Amino acid sequence: MATQAEHSSTNRRDFLYVATGAVAGVGAAAVVWPLINQLNPDASTLALATIEYDISAIPEGQTVTITWRGLPVFVRHRTAAEVEEAKAVPLSELKDPETDEQRTKEGHEPWLIMIANCTHLGCVPTGEAGEFDGWFCPCHGSEYDTAGRIRKGPAPKNLVVPPYEFVSDTLVRIG
Amino acid sequence: MIGVAQFMFKTKFIIAALAVVAGLGVVSTQAAEGEAPHIEKQSWSFGGIFGTYDQNQLQRGFQVFREVCSSCHGARLLAFRNLSEEGGPGFSEAQVKALAAEYEVDDPSAEGGRRPAVAADRWPEPFASEQDARDANGGALPPDFSVLAKARGVHDAFPYWIFNYFTAYQEGGPDYIHALLNGYHEEPPEGFVLPEGKYYNDYFPGHAIGMPPPLSEGVIAYEADENGVTLPQTVEQYSYDVSAFMMWLADPHLASRKQTGFAVLVFLVLFAGLMLATKRKIWAGIEH
Amino acid sequence: MSEHSTYVPGSAVEKWLDDRLPIIRFSKEHLMDFPTPKNLNYWWTFGAILVMCLGIQIVTGIILAMHYTPNIAMAFDSVEHIRRDVNGGRVIQAVHAVGASAFFAALYIHIFRGLFFGSYKAPREILWILGVVIFILVMATAFMGYVLPWGQMSFWGATVITNIFSAIPLVGNSIMELLRGGFAVGNPTLNRFFSLHYLLPFIVAAVVALHIWALHVPGNNNPIGVEVKDSRDTLPFHPYYTMKDALGMVVFLIPFAWFVFFAPDILGHPDNYIQANSQVTPTHIVPEWYLLPFYTILRAIDFNVLFIDSKLGGVIAMGGSMLCLLVVPWLDTARVRSGSFRPLFKWFYALFVLNFIGLTYMGAQDPSVPLNNILGKVFVAYYFIYFLVILPVLSRIETPKPLPTSISESVLGKAHA
Repeated sequence: MATQAEHSSTNRRDFLYVATGAVAGVGAAAVVWPLINQLNPDASTLALATIEYDISAIPEGQTVTITWRGLPVFVRHRTAAEVEEAKAVPLSELKDPETDEQRTKEGHEPWLIMIANCTHLGCVPTGEAGEFDGWFCPCHGSEYDTAGRIRKGPAPKNLVVPPYEFVSDTLVRIG
Repeated sequence: MIGVAQFMFKTKFIIAALAVVAGLGVVSTQAAEGEAPHIEKQSWSFGGIFGTYDQNQLQRGFQVFREVCSSCHGARLLAFRNLSEEGGPGFSEAQVKALAAEYEVDDPSAEGGRRPAVAADRWPEPFASEQDARDANGGALPPDFSVLAKARGVHDAFPYWIFNYFTAYQEGGPDYIHALLNGYHEEPPEGFVLPEGKYYNDYFPGHAIGMPPPLSEGVIAYEADENGVTLPQTVEQYSYDVSAFMMWLADPHLASRKQTGFAVLVFLVLFAGLMLATKRKIWAGIEH
Repeated sequence: MSEHSTYVPGSAVEKWLDDRLPIIRFSKEHLMDFPTPKNLNYWWTFGAILVMCLGIQIVTGIILAMHYTPNIAMAFDSVEHIRRDVNGGRVIQAVHAVGASAFFAALYIHIFRGLFFGSYKAPREILWILGVVIFILVMATAFMGYVLPWGQMSFWGATVITNIFSAIPLVGNSIMELLRGGFAVGNPTLNRFFSLHYLLPFIVAAVVALHIWALHVPGNNNPIGVEVKDSRDTLPFHPYYTMKDALGMVVFLIPFAWFVFFAPDILGHPDNYIQANSQVTPTHIVPEWYLLPFYTILRAIDFNVLFIDSKLGGVIAMGGSMLCLLVVPWLDTARVRSGSFRPLFKWFYALFVLNFIGLTYMGAQDPSVPLNNILGKVFVAYYFIYFLVILPVLSRIETPKPLPTSISESVLGKAHA
């Protein structure tokens, strides 16, 4: 039964099957991607991914908590004493060594901007508390210093500094 | 044999069906059509399967909306950022930021409860409440513009509405709005009793509209485009532009949707062709 | 048809699985080897197309539910949020909305195919009844889904349809309030419709499973309506019908995509882009096209019959139209299944299809126009006469054309003609 003609038609058939299958695969992938992508942050959420905040109204020694990407963010106007205290700590004493300069912007040292979630399990620490004059987390007792660095307790890392920059002396852009 | 006979029967039957429906449609629409005025369909850049918005037109339309309409009509679903998004009027992000800063929005967390708007904010409402809006407009409520272009349409008589399925005519809203804005008469026709504080319009259902003619020649100063051409500052041009803007406002992703659609259709036709060939190969030699 | 099982587990693992959960055996018997008449035409692909439609609606629906807010203050804007802000939301929402129409288009073709080829006749009555149950469930699902965007048509559609129940004597009003969760359609109504709209498709899927089970007991009907006699009449489902059905699905997606991408709003009504307002009814309130035939039947009874007032009469007529479908296996007692061999039936059937199109058309027309009113009543009358008079009478008086003795004979005859 198997003739030459049939043999070549078998090849053509195999090619057709592969081509159809490949196109079906491309189509399936093209359908699946939007079904997954819809889970990503939508345009209204992304529009708030970068915010600008005017810090001129925050007096020295005060903290304002603002919302950025749905997270609480501390904007702290530190006193000169607090800055001094933070700079005086030797790195060897730190669990997560970072200098105060690394956590602030040059020329804007009094300003400390950090995501206000404890790096242990996400609670919001209480300000101007604890034995390091920084923050104290009420959940499991982590303590941070005046630069928001972890000094004591179960938290493994310093409070996270979000990406930000000073647009002018009084305006910060976060995100 | 049976298949063919059946097919013939079906074809005859479908033709008969169409004829009957056509007859029916003509009879009943003639009976039902009374005074519905004919609305002239415009040529829109966003019509048809390759349609896209004309950026310059959307910018002019936005200008009309901002300078005239927005004093009474809201657009609560419009965010400032939309004005710089793809497929829209194409303002730059800096322009949008500057524009937003000219407006104030409510923000309970801000000092005094108000702050300058940012790009992410929605277009502020012109009135504090529905009652305020009615009080300021002789009891009538100026409708929100957000999806208004899709909430209005042109009623096509039979059989023309059937053709719309094949031409994908979706521009009834802007056609109606354009007609409405050009449909004012200073005096109602003989014998029409116009209620106090109403205006006569050819296209408004019932003809007595609460909105005074909003546009008049020269009320908006169009700027010259990059070629130094300034479009005529007429009611006709203003209404054409603002209708296009409202269509964009109601359907901001129209252009990308149509582009995707074209790719999808090409893909499906190709795929169907391959499937047909494969199916034939598999069924080759089977009597069925 | 497990007696035909040819599955031999290929490995020790398969054997182990087969002894515990014979899923491979089941798939092989019911999806791969299932003997299917070789003469099925493309009208038979709509069953598979409907499974696809249900799948599309469930997948897109679950996604929409992730972004939708079932609250009367936010529902309208949340649908717009999906269209404007959610990644790809414009298209996903359009697929779901157009998908409802596509679902019904396929559903009607599937039902009319069954009515022509006598697919409801013994031994397939249960199969048919399960199909009618699916049809009713899908209508309920679609209706409740249409309420969710909370536009003017949503609101007034919900008002009118829930009002139907108030026609029931004595307890009608209480039932209506029970359904609405209030004296008028409001937030409780929207919330429960959302909940039920999410639930019902899964019940539909379960009934579909029963429907397919009931199909796999007697096997498929076919265009000549002569039962399968031996293996020469059949082909294994795979690859022959998997491929044919898949082709049907892809072709079906072409007009589907046309509407989704180029005219997503054309099948809807502009008034539904106005947020629901309980104080103003739109001047021209019509249901979606797929419910229009039954809407015409509901409206046609505008007169009292004895102690039954017109409102209850309309509801009874609408219920009766469903009942006719349910009992058609016992109304049409003709022994020949396929309409192809029934010279008289053919013409009454054709008229029935036209009549159904007429019923659909009249549902959107103004019934206060005398001509529309009369035509509507004529169409409704024929709908019932077809089921209650024509089918039973034809069964007795019609002489069918001679039937082929088997599918393979008919197929060979066609090939040599």
